[in-house]
Amino acid sequence: MEPFLIAVIVAATPFLYAATGELVAERSGVLNLGVEGMMLLGAVAAFVTALTTGSSGLGILAGAAAGATGALLFVIVALGFSANQAATGLALTIFGAGASGLIGQGYVGEALKPLPKLQAPEQLAEFSGVRILFNHDVLVYGAFALIAIVWLYLNFTRSGLRLRAVGDDHHSAQALGLGVLRIRSLAVLFGGACAGIGGAYLSLAYTPLWAEDMTAGRGWIALALVVFASWRPLRIVFGALIFAAFDQAGNYRETLNIEIPSQFLSMAPYLATIIALVMISLASRRSDTPACLGREFRPDR
Amino acid sequence: MITLEKRLAPSTSASILSPIIAITLTIICGLLMIQAAGKSPVEAFDVYFLFPFNDINTYLNTAPEDRGGLLYQPAEVLVKAIPLALIGIGLAIAFRAGLFNIGAPGQYILGAIFAGGVALHVPENLSRFIVLPLCLIAGAFGGLLWALIPAFLRVRAGANEILTSLMLTYVAALLLDWIVRGPWKDPAGFGFPQTPDFPESAIIPIILEGTRLHWGLALVLIIFAVLWFILARTVTGFRFTVTGLAPKAAHFAGFNQRGTVYLVFLISGALAGLAGAIEATSTIGQLQPEISAEYGFAAIIVAFLGRLHPVGILLAALVLAITYIGGENAQISLGLPKNATLVFQGMLLLFLLTCDALIHYRLRWRTRRRA
Amino acid sequence: MGQNAGGIKGVTASHEHTPLFEARGISKSFGDVTANKDISLKVDTGEILALLGENGAGKSTFVKMTDGVLRPDSGAFLWNGKQITIKSPAAAKRIGIGMIFQHFSSFEALTVLENLALALPQRSLRAIRRDVAEVSERYGLSVNPKSRVERLSAGEKQRVEIVRALLQQPKLLILDEPTSVLTPQEADGLFTTLDSLAEDGMAMIYISHRLSEIKELCDSATILRHGEVVGSCDPQSTSVSEIAEMMIGKTADPIDRAGAYVGGPRLVVDNLSIPVKEGVPLKNISFSARRGEIMGIAGIAGEGQDTLFAALSGERRTPKAQSIKIDGQPIGTMGPTSRRRKNIAFAPEQRLGHAAIADFSLSENLRLTRHAMREFSNRKLRARSLKIREDYDVRSSANDPKAGTLSGGNLQKFVIGRELDRHPDVFVVAQPTWGVDAGAASSIRNKLLSVAQRGGTVVVISQDLDEIFQIADRVAVLHRGELSQTHLVHDMTPDKIGMLMSGEDIDSEPKSTTTQNFTRNRARKTTETTEETIAVRTGTAHEQTKEPIRQAAPLSVVESPKPATPPVITSSAMTSSVSVPQSPPPAKSASQSSPRRRILVSGTVTTPWTAPEVIQKGTVL
Repeated sequence: MEPFLIAVIVAATPFLYAATGELVAERSGVLNLGVEGMMLLGAVAAFVTALTTGSSGLGILAGAAAGATGALLFVIVALGFSANQAATGLALTIFGAGASGLIGQGYVGEALKPLPKLQAPEQLAEFSGVRILFNHDVLVYGAFALIAIVWLYLNFTRSGLRLRAVGDDHHSAQALGLGVLRIRSLAVLFGGACAGIGGAYLSLAYTPLWAEDMTAGRGWIALALVVFASWRPLRIVFGALIFAAFDQAGNYRETLNIEIPSQFLSMAPYLATIIALVMISLASRRSDTPACLGREFRPDR
Repeated sequence: MITLEKRLAPSTSASILSPIIAITLTIICGLLMIQAAGKSPVEAFDVYFLFPFNDINTYLNTAPEDRGGLLYQPAEVLVKAIPLALIGIGLAIAFRAGLFNIGAPGQYILGAIFAGGVALHVPENLSRFIVLPLCLIAGAFGGLLWALIPAFLRVRAGANEILTSLMLTYVAALLLDWIVRGPWKDPAGFGFPQTPDFPESAIIPIILEGTRLHWGLALVLIIFAVLWFILARTVTGFRFTVTGLAPKAAHFAGFNQRGTVYLVFLISGALAGLAGAIEATSTIGQLQPEISAEYGFAAIIVAFLGRLHPVGILLAALVLAITYIGGENAQISLGLPKNATLVFQGMLLLFLLTCDALIHYRLRWRTRRRA
Repeated sequence: MGQNAGGIKGVTASHEHTPLFEARGISKSFGDVTANKDISLKVDTGEILALLGENGAGKSTFVKMTDGVLRPDSGAFLWNGKQITIKSPAAAKRIGIGMIFQHFSSFEALTVLENLALALPQRSLRAIRRDVAEVSERYGLSVNPKSRVERLSAGEKQRVEIVRALLQQPKLLILDEPTSVLTPQEADGLFTTLDSLAEDGMAMIYISHRLSEIKELCDSATILRHGEVVGSCDPQSTSVSEIAEMMIGKTADPIDRAGAYVGGPRLVVDNLSIPVKEGVPLKNISFSARRGEIMGIAGIAGEGQDTLFAALSGERRTPKAQSIKIDGQPIGTMGPTSRRRKNIAFAPEQRLGHAAIADFSLSENLRLTRHAMREFSNRKLRARSLKIREDYDVRSSANDPKAGTLSGGNLQKFVIGRELDRHPDVFVVAQPTWGVDAGAASSIRNKLLSVAQRGGTVVVISQDLDEIFQIADRVAVLHRGELSQTHLVHDMTPDKIGMLMSGEDIDSEPKSTTTQNFTRNRARKTTETTEETIAVRTGTAHEQTKEPIRQAAPLSVVESPKPATPPVITSSAMTSSVSVPQSPPPAKSASQSSPRRRILVSGTVTTPWTAPEVIQKGTVL
């Protein structure tokens, strides 16, 4: 059980980064389906940088920058030119998959030393709970810190309030003098940087090497996760752990005595998301679904 | 700085020009990229885009007895274009009605699974004229069923169809993976994740010897003729356009929104399913985890590039097919990585979406007002 | 009212005094359309200036310039005598101009406090919470800062808007049609608040087209027509009809309805109830519209008109088929297409996006409703749309223009023409002349009258009481999803309608049910409203309703769906204003329990007949 729980926390980390970033973008009213592409860009940039400079820190930064660069394409096309957001996001995913493959083709087969892990104090290491919660690298803890920061930001700061306002009603926001496109652009760029770090985690820590398409659909799961969490940051933690558990259950089928084929375990996050979405849509009480999600906006003036 | 100014009415000429500009920009950027990678852009252009025309030219200048196999590459473009066109027109119908059926890849996979189910379970001695239509109908039905889920959830619960159909795509891919590794796995397949080969009666016959071009092409042309008629000349086609432009006006015109959602997903799902069935019963001939479901996403490019119009979509499907085959050629003869194709496709869609802004907006240079 | 109130009489007064805010020669055009031309006005502290004008007179454009959303092409704004440039809404706030819009620009998903915090970026949440409590108490604006805005009523939302504006500590408050979505009680509360604000020295520009409100509240008035100032006055000493004449002008043609004939019921709505999730549900609505008549459904905005129109057009099917009948046949469960095939036609209020599609050419827009009649071919539709454009005077430079390129009036003429061109038996139209120019309005009204003349049935859902009085034969009033009894327009006065609009009963005088069939002979001149015509009306109430009842129509004619020539039975006709509706009754005395409230009730009325003039401001408070 213990290795399984450790694996769940590790597997949840890329989901946490990518989903938190996407959550911020979506709360500002933008649906960016390019998460998978931005994660791949982040993964390859981080790997190449860390390998050539020998610095994992620079690798993480490069991953964030590459994800944000992908997001910048989205900002230009979908926000600057008011293009269909879903189509732009898909284009970004296709582009990111291709570009990351091109950049990384010379690095397939190279390996990195994984990120250093925090060691649990020896006298405490005998407790199973401690071993599960310690023994992780900085990015794992960073993911949880990020969610807490985003939660605080959205609910308790002026800037977070403005971001939510823009996602709720862009026309009223403009009437108030808020820079709708500026706020949205920044939110999408932040989302891209987070997705990039999520990708960087994969290539620096999770499996410290580069392989084509190494995100293997995690970007799409992150997207599902935002819906599953009904656009609330703290629920993302919960959702990411559940989704990661389903993801890892396949690998630990024998230990955990699971009879169900691994494909069905992997389907569970998607099905759970559909059910969550239906429940949110049916609920008479309004959820935190941003009212302007995916709607194009052009300032009047 | 440049600002966009809304046009009173969308510009028709911009709508036609936009894909041409986008393709041109993509080619220019692509060739610059190739040059940066140290390869000859001229050669790359030749390998990438001109090969079907070069091959046809060679074919025409060759004595009839030596022509064998020369048309293989041009035919291959058509083979790739078949599923792209079918999925693309289905998506175009949905886009016209303002619905985003992004789950076409999932419907495509279900089509292949259903067609495979028929092919693998019919008695072996049954005639091709019964088995093949059965396979294709089953495939269309499979795609349709898969598409009805997001339609139902949208109508009944108001759940966003983009998100539900996207989720279902991954469910479908995992379902296929399970089927080919589990219940339908070929016992004689040396452990490979694949089903047994389909019987000969479930394989679409070839039109042109020496190529893989099959009779699915004729089916596509018939379907396109029918759809063109429906879209251009019937109340149903009008219904889609009206619903997409103004849902409230559609209601006023007597077009029930729920009915439109079902109808659109039904047609678009059936077409994607049929594409999957055709692919499974022609070039692949069995089920395996990889059945080119990425056509489902590429078809979105086809639909946009083809201006949601049947004729445009046929042309756009050819363009996308050329990027696929050209990419494979470039990989072989130039050592250009296969991923370059994805980069080109992504760029093409990004440029296209950008240029499409010109349909509804006018570009204006504006000097910043001084405070 | 304010201490300064008496001293200032419109823009002509007080040259020696520097006013707080002044507009000098403001002009603004959009392309060829001049929205504002050389507008000048002044307002001083403690003064409430009314800016009056009909829909489309240019009020909104002016307001947007004072808020910095638009810039004037020429002219200047002065603040305490100094010229200012208002660059943005934020700049307007910094100067001290606060806005209260007709539609609330608030965020539904956020709480009241969060909404206020967004509007007041420089203030801390704690300070805001404290100020809200203070302002709420001082001006009677109770709001719960923690509730989400989506759960508030219209009146509560407006209170939030006012609190928001007040927290910005403006010196000038501009209110754009603030009562349009309020109940009379809520409007009442608003006026109390505005009065005490004026007492505290707030300058206000109050934009409205409701004359009674102006008389109630304002110290001076500036009147706009077609984007120009056509006059200013002291609303206390000027009669309502004088102000109305300035506002409306004398542009519309008088409408001639001599010899019209009314037959038996054709469109019958029986106990129609529609529950809805969003909007106003309909409760037990019953009325019947008859052959050859125009049935008016009056009511202020948002009382269930949209749901009623949708139920009549079939966009929303009724739970029971029997709820709506045409010639005795139940049609409640039919969709729009089947209803059109029963020869009923519809024209909704919203032109673009509902009646027509902006990106479609006119011939394609024709197909929108004509596909029901199996008219589909491009060629035929193009020819037909050309004919409609000629018959209904739809002006456009292009051959088959896109609907989005037409002006509002021309598009509305096309939308009406599209339906009337196929000679419907029943025509249901919502707000037929909303926001169109006077010429188009008059032409549309004449077309509606000619449908009735021909023996057709017209149901006009309108917020424009002028229109109801001008063309309708009978009227019922919609209030919170319930419909009043039907009354003959003859028997109605704006005052009575005003009571119905606020949900009160009026004395059950002659009901429509008592008059089965009758013919009319009258020519109404409603747009010119002077003291003289009112005087004439007073003497001649009821005179001709009685006589024609005796002349029952031959049934055979009544049954004919489309009589080739209208069956004119009486033709003495053209006795002009002698036959116009009854005048307003004398105003109730101030000794009534709630005189102020009485005025506010009639305040919902937009016609020249509006409020009784006996009560002066200041009799209550």
